[in-house]
Amino acid sequence: MSKRLTGILTPIIAVLLGIIVGTIIMLASGYNPVDAYTALWNGAFGETYYIGEVIRQFTPYILAGLAVAFAFRVGLFNIGVEGQFIVGWLASVWVGVSFDLPRVIHLPLAILAAMVAGALWAFIPGFLKARFRVHEVIVTIMMNYVALHTTNYIIRNVLAAKSGDKTEQIHESASLRSEFLQSITDYSRLHWGIVIAIVCCIIMWFLLERTTRGFELRAVGFNQHAAHYAGMSVNKNIILSMLISGAFAGLAGAMEGLGTFGYAAVKGGFTGVGFEGIAVALLGANTSLGVFFSAILFGILEVGALNMPLEAGVPNELVSIIIALIVFFVASSYIIRIFLDRFSKKEVK
Amino acid sequence: MSLMDILMIVVPSTLLWAAPLVFTALGGIFSERSGVVNIGLEGLMVIGAFSSIVFNLTFVDTFGSATPWIALIVAMAAGAVFSLFHAVASITFRADHTVSGVAINLLATGLTLFLVKLIYDKGETGIISQGFRKIDIPILKDIPVIGKIFFQNTYWTSFLAIIVAIIVWYIVFKTPFGLRLRSVGEHPMAADTMGINVTKMRYLGVILSGALGGIGGAVYAQSITSNFSHSTISGQGFMALAAMIFGKWHPLGALGAALFFGFAQSISIIGSSLPFLKEIPNVYLLIAPYVLTILALTGFIGRADAPKAVGTHYIKGSR
Repeated sequence: MSKRLTGILTPIIAVLLGIIVGTIIMLASGYNPVDAYTALWNGAFGETYYIGEVIRQFTPYILAGLAVAFAFRVGLFNIGVEGQFIVGWLASVWVGVSFDLPRVIHLPLAILAAMVAGALWAFIPGFLKARFRVHEVIVTIMMNYVALHTTNYIIRNVLAAKSGDKTEQIHESASLRSEFLQSITDYSRLHWGIVIAIVCCIIMWFLLERTTRGFELRAVGFNQHAAHYAGMSVNKNIILSMLISGAFAGLAGAMEGLGTFGYAAVKGGFTGVGFEGIAVALLGANTSLGVFFSAILFGILEVGALNMPLEAGVPNELVSIIIALIVFFVASSYIIRIFLDRFSKKEVK
Repeated sequence: MSLMDILMIVVPSTLLWAAPLVFTALGGIFSERSGVVNIGLEGLMVIGAFSSIVFNLTFVDTFGSATPWIALIVAMAAGAVFSLFHAVASITFRADHTVSGVAINLLATGLTLFLVKLIYDKGETGIISQGFRKIDIPILKDIPVIGKIFFQNTYWTSFLAIIVAIIVWYIVFKTPFGLRLRSVGEHPMAADTMGINVTKMRYLGVILSGALGGIGGAVYAQSITSNFSHSTISGQGFMALAAMIFGKWHPLGALGAALFFGFAQSISIIGSSLPFLKEIPNVYLLIAPYVLTILALTGFIGRADAPKAVGTHYIKGSR
């Protein structure tokens, strides 16, 4: 079986296995899986409103997925997307409430602020990795918590209106909201962010596959020593990849700050978008097209799940279990590949 | 408020918050010393917290005041079984250890909340009636000064944690088992040549981390939150991971780090009632454990080096 075919089959098998195990869990706990999956389908596609919500949901997933995938391609594991996402969210809202500017300047400025904030947050682990060889996984995990507590502190003490727990609504001139998109989707919260997300997919593909810089980045990801020997600066590329990855993550935060919510609120815990990004990137094999499609899948699952308790009486956490299982099976793809190899060898005989 | 009064509030509270971190960080040491990265500590604590609370609520009439202790053992078993997911994925299926750990965390949260809704038909469990209670340790509490600070209004679990840390130190550094465990984490091929079963040792390391992580979660749930919901364990596992690193993968170092992080956590909660400390915004105390861990890794506070082979797969016959 060709390598390319195996590469496409492995994630599909992982998704199927996740759904099968999810079905078994439902049967074991006395729920009707057919009702549950019907409810999920209706919750995602039943009305135009739900379709709008699905698109809104997967917009930040695409960007978070790109953030994880980009770092992965350079050989770095950015678990800190969640933290970069949170600081990006706050930065975009901060600019959104603080200035009064015409839309052509204000909106790009707010988006840029989110990207810069995310990139700066990711710069720290990137720099520590390049300069001190500190493993980025631990640093990014720690940075997530620093981001959570620091942004909560800033919202509570600097931005919140009268000892509240959230900021004011951003000014209309910084908003990504679109009456047009809302009206064609029966007044869902769909916003222009999806356009930005698609453009970013193309940018990542172009940057990695069609530029010299992208070639260097990938070379560092394949083999640092070879890249170094070929005269490329490993450290520079490590830092650069974290900056770009963080900018994607910050942009994902802007989707929530400028699009979906229009404000930032004190958070009791993580939003989960960053971790969803890891799942999205893994399932999408770290390519921009793969990320795009797997983000759509996770968006459908998450939004459709909300309908499961209403229509079928199944707790929506079932979808979290399925997503976790998909990650588990994609990670264990070694064993799936072995089965595929055996299967194809038998056919030849 | 005299210094004595302050210490009598701060020390027991530190011990209370540190205990779950100590257990879980020790679990992390077993896993990482054997060469398996364990980001899944958070998920293992979730499983421990969930199983102990459910057991406690269900069997409290049967076992009475012994319930929390039996629930601790149940949580230990549940954590050990759940950690097998991580072991199978990262050792046998050669999955990336970090990714598998992320999957463990996602799965633990999803599964426990699903089961809570299935069993109780609502988003969180009820409050347990028999948790770990504040006690005065007999005899020791009568020691002048020290007795009042350390042995009054405290919890048995905190002292159990300290004792377990010493036991783990003995096991890891003074027994043949510990030597084997460390050797498969440092150089699995050399260990294999000497006839040590690398796969078996790594499985044991991960299962022990599951058992201790389960205990950590159970201690947290039964002495601090008293119920189980989506926010019961929020970052405790990662803080334990930080304690393990800050303690340089050494059981007693991890104990010290966990005590310090417990101190920071308890101060961020009770600090507003204490003089001096209420001037410090608690955001500094909340982020202190994480910032210190980054500094420790960077080498500003003595270099922290992980076991050599941590995060790698051992494939027989490959070089």
